[in-house]
Amino acid sequence: MNQTINKYSKQIIIVNSIFILFWLTISIFPFIWTLWGSFKVKADFFSRADWTYALSGFNTLIETGATTTFKAYLESWTEGEFGRATMNTMIVTVSVVSISLFLGTLGAYALSRSTFKYTFYILIIALIFRAMPHITLVSGYLFPFFQLNIWGILPTTIIVLVAINQPFTLWLLYSFFKTVPKELDESALIDGCSYFQAFRYIIMPVMWPGVVTAGLFSMMLAYNDFTVTALLLNQHNYTMVPKINAYLGTVEYGGNYMWAVSSVVSATAPLFMIIWFFQRQLISGLTAGAVKG
Amino acid sequence: MPHRTFFWFILPTALAMILFIGLPIVSSFFQSLHIENEQVLMEVENCDPFGCTTNVRVDVEATEKIEAENPLGRFNGFGTYTDRNHLAFDEIEEAWDNTSSIGEFKDIVLNLPFYKALLFTLTFCFAVTPPVIVLGFIVALSVNTLAKSLKGLIVFGTILPMIVTPLIGSLVLFWMIDSQGIIGASIQILFDDPNLSLKASSNLTWITLIIYGIWHNTPFAFVVFYAALQTVPQDPLEAAYIDGATRFERVRFIVIPHLYPVATFIMLICLMDNFRVFEPIIGFSAEGVAQSLSWMIYQDLRNENKMLFGSAGATSMLTILGIAFLLTPVLIRTWKEFKTER
Repeated sequence: MNQTINKYSKQIIIVNSIFILFWLTISIFPFIWTLWGSFKVKADFFSRADWTYALSGFNTLIETGATTTFKAYLESWTEGEFGRATMNTMIVTVSVVSISLFLGTLGAYALSRSTFKYTFYILIIALIFRAMPHITLVSGYLFPFFQLNIWGILPTTIIVLVAINQPFTLWLLYSFFKTVPKELDESALIDGCSYFQAFRYIIMPVMWPGVVTAGLFSMMLAYNDFTVTALLLNQHNYTMVPKINAYLGTVEYGGNYMWAVSSVVSATAPLFMIIWFFQRQLISGLTAGAVKG
Repeated sequence: MPHRTFFWFILPTALAMILFIGLPIVSSFFQSLHIENEQVLMEVENCDPFGCTTNVRVDVEATEKIEAENPLGRFNGFGTYTDRNHLAFDEIEEAWDNTSSIGEFKDIVLNLPFYKALLFTLTFCFAVTPPVIVLGFIVALSVNTLAKSLKGLIVFGTILPMIVTPLIGSLVLFWMIDSQGIIGASIQILFDDPNLSLKASSNLTWITLIIYGIWHNTPFAFVVFYAALQTVPQDPLEAAYIDGATRFERVRFIVIPHLYPVATFIMLICLMDNFRVFEPIIGFSAEGVAQSLSWMIYQDLRNENKMLFGSAGATSMLTILGIAFLLTPVLIRTWKEFKTER
């Protein structure tokens, strides 16, 4: 029966394939184009005269002697100090992911196991906090941080990103822990474990699927953040995304466009690779709140 | 779980949220009630062989002293909220009195910074969301019909625009659409108009930003719809098939009604996320013609001479008010879900 329903006519298959190809072009082509263009010089990638220059590398050949060049990468990683920005991003991302998972699993476990009414209010407050635009929070941070003299350094940014990330992590892990049978840890409690021991020895071994999903989202937030990092870090401590923005417009780097283009590739490639491996977790996390209804 | 145990488990995360989400909102509110200190002026007499002149100069020392005593500035009450850069009550009243037609009045009001930004923010929200839902649904339907072996790869390709941060996403598109990029230059040749470019008119810029918004948000709608499609019950579909319903009818009368709640969810999330639109404006260098509320805050905080904490705080509060409006339906929905779960 299922077979007949799901059999598609030839026309549908053709129209469908064309549409999918069209859609994939829209979503992927800009990235491929940027990757291609990052190996050219500015006069080719931003060519007013003839866009085919970007394909043939006309000016690149004149300026560097070959049709592809690593000049932009070399310069941005050395002169542009993009390596430092990469290092900062790694420090921030790893710290944010580990700290927010540590706080999140503890909190979400408690929320999922407590039967009192206040859990509900905590979750609602978390939902409200999650909706706050980050820039409004940043406008609240700056003044106190200046006064306390903790502006501009990585630890402050890490803590702020962890906090901003908590509401979503809590909700995600809360709905995950709800699917872990209560009987598991209840039996441990009856056998004389404390709640913490039950969490440590019974829940921790089975929580990894949920933790991986939550970790993935924490990683994306920390890795991609622009609002918080651009305003809370000083130039020296910039992570990758604000650094790319700095290449475009500031006096210091003289609007060096090709640096920005190559850095966009350097910053995006690892992210895409990670998502390629964890695609399933990403999708399950995105749909966690939606599909129940 | 006893209260005491619960408390220790929740303490770290609650502390983080209170300190770095709750308090900043309060701090933002306090800042919004204050305004920058005035500079202390003094008269200086300059005498040279041709006579004496008096100049008014900033008394740096006295200004710094006030600054040190009162770093937040002086108390201003709700003055910042009603000034020209925010709700602009005086200007609106004046415009109301002095204009003869509604159109004229509208022009004046929509040129005030806050209302201009609000107009863009709302236009962006409401122009992006419907196409995102429709397009996301179509892509989901279409990917769902594919062979299993292809799905993984195509889903990956589809979600790329969502994964990159809005700043990078908008830059990548901007480099193509810019008058010197591949699409921009081709369009110029196509229309034979060397001056045609993204920055040529504010309408074009707005449309570009909206297209970017659709490009960035559709993957999210797709993913949620795609997951929801797997939960569509098979029995009604079979029954409809036996009764002779066409493919289109089956989608229209069985699949779509099943997905309504999901569509509402996507709509609310989309509206809320797009209300904070800010990074694309920087990515597209569209500050000149398109300002959003979040961008206004960023600009105040990026002010070269002095950070305008008061102004940023006031805009923040007004933005939060807007979010609260959009958030209410989500809260009600969650509330109901919770009640039924218990």
